Amino acid sequence: MVLPDHALINTIIAGKKLIYKPVVNPIMLFQKSLVSIEDVSTEDIEEIFRISDNMVKALEAHKNPHIMDSYVMATLFFEPSTRTRLSFESAMLRLGGSVLSVSDVSSSSVAKGETLADTVRMAEAYSDIIVIRHPLEGAARLATQFTGKPIINAGDGSGQHPTQTLLDLFTIWKEFHSIDGLTISMVGDLKYGRTVHSLIMALSRYDVTINLVSPPSLRVPEHFLAKIPRGKKVKITENLDDVIESSDVLYVTRIQKERFADKNEYLGLIGSYSVDERVVEKMKKSAIIMHPLPRVDEIKPEVDFTSNARYFKQASYGVPVRMALVSMIMGVA
Amino acid sequence: MAEKTLLVSKINNGTVIDHIPPGKSFKVLSILNIDSRISYTVTVAVHVMSRKGGFKDIVKIEDRFLQRDELDRISMVAPGATISIIKNYEIVEKFTVKIPEEIVGIVNCPNQNCISNSKEPVKARFIVRSQKPIVIQCFYCQKQLSDSEIVANL
Ligand SMILES: [Zn+2]
Repeated sequence: MVLPDHALINTIIAGKKLIYKPVVNPIMLFQKSLVSIEDVSTEDIEEIFRISDNMVKALEAHKNPHIMDSYVMATLFFEPSTRTRLSFESAMLRLGGSVLSVSDVSSSSVAKGETLADTVRMAEAYSDIIVIRHPLEGAARLATQFTGKPIINAGDGSGQHPTQTLLDLFTIWKEFHSIDGLTISMVGDLKYGRTVHSLIMALSRYDVTINLVSPPSLRVPEHFLAKIPRGKKVKITENLDDVIESSDVLYVTRIQKERFADKNEYLGLIGSYSVDERVVEKMKKSAIIMHPLPRVDEIKPEVDFTSNARYFKQASYGVPVRMALVSMIMGVA
Repeated sequence: MAEKTLLVSKINNGTVIDHIPPGKSFKVLSILNIDSRISYTVTVAVHVMSRKGGFKDIVKIEDRFLQRDELDRISMVAPGATISIIKNYEIVEKFTVKIPEEIVGIVNCPNQNCISNSKEPVKARFIVRSQKPIVIQCFYCQKQLSDSEIVANL
């Protein structure tokens, strides 16, 4: 196995394990699994931003950094999520690594009736890093107990989807060069939309004002609010107009029809939480609109052409952020 | 006087569980699988005035000594209970049950979407987030359980 030169600077081979030799700061993520955003230190998040930014520049210059030629990533998707899977695979390929992909593990013969524990042990033999998506909560955490190889959680039913959270944070950082001092308004389904919860928790590490805008029936659960550190500026409102003028970031999420027993209730309120030109006009010039995509009605197509729309840009950061993350975990960043 | 004698009556060999929160002795009996099929004697005192004031339950089990996991289970329903191990009418050991830092294979996760409830080769596992009041969190799905939910899932 031939390692690329700069990887050799950072790593030595001791037995089977690569040991990271810190050049500047030790990267805590080295050879670690990423199950929850809470696994990542704020210092590491800063480092992810910095390296992601380099990756963005490399991609813009059409210069794929071939730093992972001798590494293989396995992607095990126990439920379909083409967008997320392709984003991981594209990241690995652009780093020069290889990908083993099982797009629907549960129906493939690889894993019929097999436990997740055994599937992970199998994947360990074939790869250096394993990406898992699973419908059951805690699946990625469980996977870490059956392999010494790093696991990346690509969504496990609980709303833990740390790479989505990282690319959301990166989008904000890239735009404003800092997260401190910003006013961020989360809009839509704040009750069931649990990816939103991990973003709120991650944002609460910074000096930010967080506005939570939702209909009363889709408000952030009390037990979740209790987890937000005391002293954070958090405002809960039903009315988008209350926060629109002061927001630097408008993070819009989808309100699902299935959440309402009464379809008329849904139709009655959906309009108050969708973003159209009228809403954009009230926003700061510098403010940005984000959305995890796919969207349905919550952002009108007319908004796509405004200078505030940033959701496609946000989606495009999925690859460079995952490139940064994978290379940091493998110790070749 | 007769009553008092009954409550403090000594056992020859076995275990005395004292300072059980009032009413929780039945849960302790169920944790220890004490039912009509046992071959030893068990004495239960319910709602006894405690010397420190307030009420408590007491369970005395003759000829039985408890295992680590049984003590851990008791700590879940009766935090603060004391255990006296009696041999030959003498207390040879006395201690307060302690809630372990990690609870493995004792409480089941009530979240049906939790991976610990599937066929995977793992035991339910909880991290203790707070001792008083007791709050535990599933290692896998992060669900938090308090007092009554813990008892319901023992
Ligand atoms: Zn659980």
